[in-house]
Amino acid sequence: MTHIALAGGALLILIGVWGMLTKKNIIRIIIGFSLFDTGLHVVLVGLGHLKNRTAPIIDSDLPREAAASRVVDPVPQAIVLTAIVIGLAVTAVLLAFALKLYQSRKTLDISELREGNND
Amino acid sequence: MVKKAFAFTLILGMGLLFYQLYRQRSTSTDLNKTARYYVENGPKETGSANVVTSVVVTYRGLDTLGEVTILFVAASIIGFFLKNQRNRKLEGAPGETSELLHTGSVFLVPLIFLLGVYVFVNGHLSPGGGFQGGAIIASGTVLLFLADPSIGAGRGVIHVLESFSGMLYVGLAVAGLFLAGGFLDNRIMPLGHFGTLLSAGAIPVIYSLIGLKVGAELSSILYALKDAKE
Amino acid sequence: MLLALLAILIVVMLAAAVLALEHGKLLIGVIAAGLVSLIASVIYVILAAPDVAMTEAAIGSGLSTIMFLYVISRLKGDTHG
Repeated sequence: MTHIALAGGALLILIGVWGMLTKKNIIRIIIGFSLFDTGLHVVLVGLGHLKNRTAPIIDSDLPREAAASRVVDPVPQAIVLTAIVIGLAVTAVLLAFALKLYQSRKTLDISELREGNND
Repeated sequence: MVKKAFAFTLILGMGLLFYQLYRQRSTSTDLNKTARYYVENGPKETGSANVVTSVVVTYRGLDTLGEVTILFVAASIIGFFLKNQRNRKLEGAPGETSELLHTGSVFLVPLIFLLGVYVFVNGHLSPGGGFQGGAIIASGTVLLFLADPSIGAGRGVIHVLESFSGMLYVGLAVAGLFLAGGFLDNRIMPLGHFGTLLSAGAIPVIYSLIGLKVGAELSSILYALKDAKE
Repeated sequence: MLLALLAILIVVMLAAAVLALEHGKLLIGVIAAGLVSLIASVIYVILAAPDVAMTEAAIGSGLSTIMFLYVISRLKGDTHG
């Protein structure tokens, strides 16, 4: 199960990088970045997953003593938790830049946005 | 065309790299040392039933503080870039949205805020916490914006809430330095009975503050993007 | 059973990712990117990470999509390509 998740996450990263490298529209590039981000998170969570184990939350079904042999790795989950919020902040900054660029140049096509082409 | 071929080659290289990493990864069926420590000692030391929460708020709490700071910087940058931009078309026309949306939001927004508060107050017992609760609160704010585009009085509240919760968060973190074992130690308050709402020391308080701060920051980011002119 | 579900979800997620980049209309691309996040949150539940799933569902597919929609609603006519 872990293998499929890792493969899917890695493919999503590759699709995201493809989008960032080949697309002309800046909004598309930002979409590519957000896909890259999601793929990275899937890979990280997949690396922390162990077969036939449950979520790291102690309750009546999961006594404290047995927890270490029955839960998945909590550290990647904690990392991804913060990474998702950071990803949103970075996407928001990128979108604000794109909006500002559109307001001054009236286009989002990067092939028309050359240095010195300041009309 | 050359550019696409170059990109394709790069993707192929990255794929090969990933495949090599995948082949070399350790196929252990047990937790590693750090994770084992957190799972075995986390509930006992912090009193939090959710191990992920104890890692986020206490063990790796400094990362969370840095992360909230990054969010604040991002919100500031967006506010700086898109400031003083008012969409004239939307301003001062409260009758423009549909009556259904307006009436629905009156009932739904308090419930959404309540759900957000529930999620971050129970962060140490169940899945959820400050980030999730904050995001839910920001979704409620979006509904508020949609229902009443002329709303502007909320900005002051958002900024006060953000500064207040941020300062209190750092204050609690420093209090851990003097009253307990170190920066961001949650044992400045009694650990209480394991598995109840008022347990886990300062974790529910800190996570609630994180929730309020994240909610306020995401709301101000969305507000700035909404108000940008065409 | 769970394995088959995971495989199907990942295939749909990758298809949505390709659609997000290749569809001619920007609006549909943005919605497809939100779908990718939504499916990713289901994958996190299957991988025993409910905390991450909640965050991804609320932030990745909710707020992120709203932000993209706010921005493309400000682009007059340039919603292709």
